Amino acid sequence: MNGQLQKKLGCMEYMEGMEQIDSDIMDKVLKARETYQADRYTAEDVKQALEHERCTIEDFAALLSPAAAPFLEKVAWKAKEEKEKHFGTSVYMFTPIYISNYCENYCIYCGFNCHNRIHRMKLNTEEMEKEMAAIAKTGLEEILILTGESRAQSDVSYIGDACRIARKYFRMVGLEVYPMNSEEYAYLQNCGADYVTVFQETYDPERYERLHLAGHKRIFPYRFHAQERALRGGMRGVAFAALLGLSDFRRDAFATGLHAYYIQRKYPYAEISFSCPRLRPIVAMADSQEDGQKKDAVSMKKKEVMSVAGPLGKTEVSERELMQIMCAYRLFMPYAGMTISTRERAKFRNHVVGVAATKISAGVSTGIGSHSEEVEERGDNQFEIADNRDVSQVFQAVKAQGLQPVMNDYVYV
Amino acid sequence: MKQDTFSLGGKKFHSRFILGSGKYNVELIQAAVEHAGAEMITLAVRRANSDGEGNIMDFIPKGVTLLPNTSGARNAQEAVRIARLSRELGCGNFVKVEIMRDSKYLLPDNQETVKATELLAKEGFAVLPYMYPDLNIARDLVHAGACAVMPLAAPIGSNKGLATKEFIKILIDEIDLPIIVDAGIGRPSQACEVMELGAAAVMANTAIATAGNIPQMASAFRKAIEAGREAYLSGLGRVRETGGEASSPLTGFLRD
Repeated sequence: MNGQLQKKLGCMEYMEGMEQIDSDIMDKVLKARETYQADRYTAEDVKQALEHERCTIEDFAALLSPAAAPFLEKVAWKAKEEKEKHFGTSVYMFTPIYISNYCENYCIYCGFNCHNRIHRMKLNTEEMEKEMAAIAKTGLEEILILTGESRAQSDVSYIGDACRIARKYFRMVGLEVYPMNSEEYAYLQNCGADYVTVFQETYDPERYERLHLAGHKRIFPYRFHAQERALRGGMRGVAFAALLGLSDFRRDAFATGLHAYYIQRKYPYAEISFSCPRLRPIVAMADSQEDGQKKDAVSMKKKEVMSVAGPLGKTEVSERELMQIMCAYRLFMPYAGMTISTRERAKFRNHVVGVAATKISAGVSTGIGSHSEEVEERGDNQFEIADNRDVSQVFQAVKAQGLQPVMNDYVYV
Repeated sequence: MKQDTFSLGGKKFHSRFILGSGKYNVELIQAAVEHAGAEMITLAVRRANSDGEGNIMDFIPKGVTLLPNTSGARNAQEAVRIARLSRELGCGNFVKVEIMRDSKYLLPDNQETVKATELLAKEGFAVLPYMYPDLNIARDLVHAGACAVMPLAAPIGSNKGLATKEFIKILIDEIDLPIIVDAGIGRPSQACEVMELGAAAVMANTAIATAGNIPQMASAFRKAIEAGREAYLSGLGRVRETGGEASSPLTGFLRD
């Protein structure tokens, strides 16, 4: 990180209690992001990238560029071939569970942000047990535990309790919670979790600062180094994502790939995966007749983001562009896992697991306490989802694509 | 004619084709086993560690010997724990030790593999270690109590064929245990070549899993492996590297 930017941005200074680690990965990624010029690449670069046996960083840059758009079909075929080499027809299934929606951050694009007047709640251990038992009954064996980012309301021992309960009902437990120090990750690994997902949201520090106005999340480098701390804490795998649409999405996708790439170089045993969320786009939503209401909500969100963070510019991500990004990730790191979000419509999700993604969620609710009839109080949702199918519907849809739904491929050791 | 069999862990096998079960749809396993004529099938313990719908264990035909693998293990201790879990799950006494500290190429960690082999052999497992073909390590594996050695032909899933041919030939020459070539075999002709060299058996997964017609490819591999074995047994004709035989021999002047 160059010194000037660090001085200029408040989001670069650590808060008290935040562990600082010795790592040059952030500098490398941010520098590469800054110098990445997607328009510089040509059709020739894309053709070469497709011919190479191993995708270089330059190839990855070309595959993410507008020049690759006309080659999407070819790129998709190559992605499918690579996916099959590494994962065969397997498609892993899981569901997220939101255990608390208290949040101390003010991220202007998020439904959980501390200024939103939503119904806040957190599950107590008894309710967690009921929720998890209800989810386990659907046949799922992998769970992703999520919280809003509040250390006060959902401290590490509270999350640890959730992990222990989850271990009783599920084979595989992942976490998508606030970034923490490596010894806290070690504690949660000991409680039964083995995978940590942290979305960097955007790798553009200036935009990041304008979008994250308050709370721990405001600290860009602490978030950036979360995966590294998680691995040092003994976690088996880490996942990376930019929330595509918050800034120049090609640069953010490029930075996401490089972040994962450098982590894998430094920690070769780490299992790497990507998530591919995008801000729900206006263009695709307009195509959907039944989504009138949601379209308004998304427009509102876009307006809000623009009013605080400035115009979005060329940040909107179409479905084709999302597909291009997912295929580029697949070719750049063919062995990496990739999750397809319920933000996307069912048909897109059904097809993308045959080409680039390896993992699909089912029976999803982003609210609190909505899986079990026995939990009476409910907390509000983080965001609207576009695919409401339950586990057996997704299972059947995956099978109908000629793919093999897999509930578990993991042992906690 | 004498039956051509080989033994692993006190069990006799006629088929020299060990089939993988990962990477393709569980409903096709039965047909693949039948067409492959396989008597042994590998499966990941972590994949068998499931109660859910589509659990792979429910799709493996009866009578086929399971060769559970420890994929997911990053060191010897983890491999041992996974092997014990395999026993608890009822997967039998065989175990293929797979230890990887590299998520990209999935190359085996030879040192940890030797340690795990020793520990598991002491616990009474029939251990088949997956390894990078290194003669010294292969000897260590023999001393550690392995019942076969499984060198890789090329990185797992790569379908690159016999990239490590010269080193596998050395193992076949020097190691008295069965050498089962695993990983990287992409086509039947490569499997055939492995058998011609004198390997005891071939293990393949991705090559079959990514074929257009899985049972048909399983059958093609079966035939290739049988052909290679027969060629090995019959004694391959020598290859003349430098053209025809000289009409005036260089040693014709020697007295008896």
